[in-house]
Amino acid sequence: MIGLISYLIFFLILALSFGIAVLGLNLQWGYTGLFNAGVAGFIAIGGYTMAILTGPSRDAVLGGFEMPFVVGLIGAMIASGIGAYIVGLATLRLKGEYLAVATFGIAVSIQLVCLNWEYLTGGTLGLIGIPNPSKDLATGPLAQNAVYLGIVIVIGGIAFWALERIVKSPWGRMLKAIREDEGAAASLGKSPVRVRLESFILGCMLMGLAGALLTAFIGYISPSDFLPIVTFQIWTMLIVGGSANNRGALLGAVLVWGVWTSSGFVISKFIPAEIQAQGGALQAILIGLILVVTLLMRPRGLIGEEKHVSRHASL
Amino acid sequence: MSAAISKHVLEATGVVAGYRPELPIIHDVTMYVNAGEIVTIIGPNGAGKSTFIRAIAGLLTVTSGKIMLDGNDITGVPAHLMAASGVGFVPQTDNVFTTLSIHENLVLGGITLPRAQADIRIAKIYERYSILKDRSREKAGVLSGGQRQVLAVARALLNQPRLILLDEPTAGLSPMASGELFTVVRDLAKDGAAVLMVEQNAKAALRISDRGYVLAEGQNRIGGPAKELLEDPEIGKIFLGVRREKTNDRQKMGES
Amino acid sequence: MFLQHVADGLLSGAVIGLGAIGLSFTMKILRFANFSHSELLTWGAYFGLIFFTIAASLGNVFDAPIGPLSFGWGMFVALIFSAVATSALALLLHKLVFEKLNRVAGHMTMVFASFGVALLLRHMVLLIFGPNPIYYSNELQFAVLLPGNVRVLPDQVFLLGLTIIVVFGLHLFMTRSRTGIAMRGVSENPDLSRVAGVNVSSIINWVWIIGASLASVAGVLYGLTVQLRPELGFGLILPLFAAAILGGAGSLYGAVIGGLIVGLSENLSVMIIPTTYKPAVPFLLILAILYFRPEGLFGERK
Repeated sequence: MIGLISYLIFFLILALSFGIAVLGLNLQWGYTGLFNAGVAGFIAIGGYTMAILTGPSRDAVLGGFEMPFVVGLIGAMIASGIGAYIVGLATLRLKGEYLAVATFGIAVSIQLVCLNWEYLTGGTLGLIGIPNPSKDLATGPLAQNAVYLGIVIVIGGIAFWALERIVKSPWGRMLKAIREDEGAAASLGKSPVRVRLESFILGCMLMGLAGALLTAFIGYISPSDFLPIVTFQIWTMLIVGGSANNRGALLGAVLVWGVWTSSGFVISKFIPAEIQAQGGALQAILIGLILVVTLLMRPRGLIGEEKHVSRHASL
Repeated sequence: MSAAISKHVLEATGVVAGYRPELPIIHDVTMYVNAGEIVTIIGPNGAGKSTFIRAIAGLLTVTSGKIMLDGNDITGVPAHLMAASGVGFVPQTDNVFTTLSIHENLVLGGITLPRAQADIRIAKIYERYSILKDRSREKAGVLSGGQRQVLAVARALLNQPRLILLDEPTAGLSPMASGELFTVVRDLAKDGAAVLMVEQNAKAALRISDRGYVLAEGQNRIGGPAKELLEDPEIGKIFLGVRREKTNDRQKMGES
Repeated sequence: MFLQHVADGLLSGAVIGLGAIGLSFTMKILRFANFSHSELLTWGAYFGLIFFTIAASLGNVFDAPIGPLSFGWGMFVALIFSAVATSALALLLHKLVFEKLNRVAGHMTMVFASFGVALLLRHMVLLIFGPNPIYYSNELQFAVLLPGNVRVLPDQVFLLGLTIIVVFGLHLFMTRSRTGIAMRGVSENPDLSRVAGVNVSSIINWVWIIGASLASVAGVLYGLTVQLRPELGFGLILPLFAAAILGGAGSLYGAVIGGLIVGLSENLSVMIIPTTYKPAVPFLLILAILYFRPEGLFGERK
């Protein structure tokens, strides 16, 4: 029983952290219609920022600032925001699929930096010893994880609450207007490019926040944590839950992460260790199937957009 | 209705159609065109004239009503089969492939025919319109507006259509080019084809037409011999004398 | 050294160009960015492996290397059968996924459905063939020394020659055959094509067949001159998009020239930036072209 609860806590920490990234993607795609194919890159920026700001000092690697957890979180959001600002200036003029190609390229480039800029990221070995704040707040793994889950729930809750307010604000209605018809939105006297940029930055900051939470929890970061499959998982979470719906985003995160981990568990049980790579492939195939089948069978996801109906929103 | 008793080439009855099934633009249009006849549809902007003609060409969904060609039901036949079954359609804008050569435009016009037959007909087209022959290797994009219309009509003729649909054929043409095009249209009817056109230049179009229909709010209100429509004071006031003011709107409408 | 980089750039550029032609056609005619296109190269390469192994097992001319090349006539059998099999795969994906989505959803839905399909295809190769690199042949080849101290392998000369033949053949198809002309017509104006009597859905099938066949040839040539890996196509996603966008969507020669530019830039970049950052070069090209000339070098300005 304790084992189950402890596993459930562990599971929810990861699922809800990813959920925060899904909320960010939902703001970009669900509400603004921006196709960000570089989610993993922005999660990576957040994760590495957390690692550098709060981690211990190392030889020949930037860091050793040992700053508090909260500073790490804020720093992660700022760093992802700055990254998004730079990327956004270069790409947000682009429509639809070009934006997808460009953001995909950004994730690849960020991955290259993670791998090769050893002074900043520790290269392929990554960075270790990143402090988990719950270690100071509780004793014993179960209690510590419970505390950390509490932290994730509070932060995720704030993000959810803020987004719900935001999308119902005039600015949020502006986002939907741009998504539906950029020309008409522009005629209302707002600059669509500017609003798109704001939405993109805010969404990427949430991805950075998610990366920071994950990194501090696991205590270790390396480039292999941010493979393109992560982008894919986040997207599947959003599509399964239903885009343009923040509840759907969180539901999708929990469900898809549940499928991912349980399939991983089953595969590791039944597939011999020497063909682990093939086992991982099965897991990826499963996620791919879930995405494609959801798009074909239930394009609006489990919970679609509230009220407002349009062709675009059916995604 | 069987083929035997129908003397109309086109017979449209109670046609309802639009770009989306839930949003019909024309509600109840009934009209016919006989062989060798030129029929013009006139009416205010947004009346659904182009929509009707595109529906007959198979580009739009017909949600109700019936379209007969030579007594055969062709309602709901997709556009590419319409071409093969004897309906030639010349759209208003973008009616030639600008990136293809003039010859390639004609090749596409004859794509439903066996290759040898298509080649013979293309040769005939070249005999008839020497301008096309002389420039057959050039890209159609370099042609003037009037020449493009000629190419577009020639392209439609390759299937030897029984019914030719023209959507505002003289839009954007100079008066001289318009006149030349109307001559081409008159020749087509003389050869026995049924011609149905929508025309912004209603007066000039009615002059070469046998009959006309007035379309308003997605329904046809009045129909009759072209001469009567031309002389009808009401119609004259509403549709024939206001061309200048409407030109701008119409360019926008042309796309819808 | 410079000339060697140029030679290497042209060789990898030829593969990228071949692969990008299909992507460029899909972007223009099917109007979506197909992220799974590069996986067709992977599948083409592995289909090639299967057919090459079968053909080589027949022995004789199929197995014995032709002159200085590393392979026998079995490679041609493999190229042809792989093109057929890859086309069948592409048509299957079209029928099962893209055709339906095109009808019921926006084109962005197709873009990330293609993400999902790419993931599926890539991991199926991993599942079936395992993660380790494979080679078509273990024959030892001797490099030919060209003027300027440039070394190329006979297989690489074959690659270049075959690319030129394939592109020329495609040029003839696009300009002489009615199907090719219709394809260009649909690419410019689908409605007008319909009106002229072109069956657009059969043309779309042709787009998949041609794109997949060229992808399979590119995949086999890549496998021949580099190696077979499940990530073969994945690593080419950005180079292929860069080539297609550089050339301008829908342009045959644009894609080929775009491919050469990408290949040359990648290989010449190592003279100024660390080799490890080479994969970012296509991305920078994409940003540059989208910024300065979004319709591509040979695309039409709207």
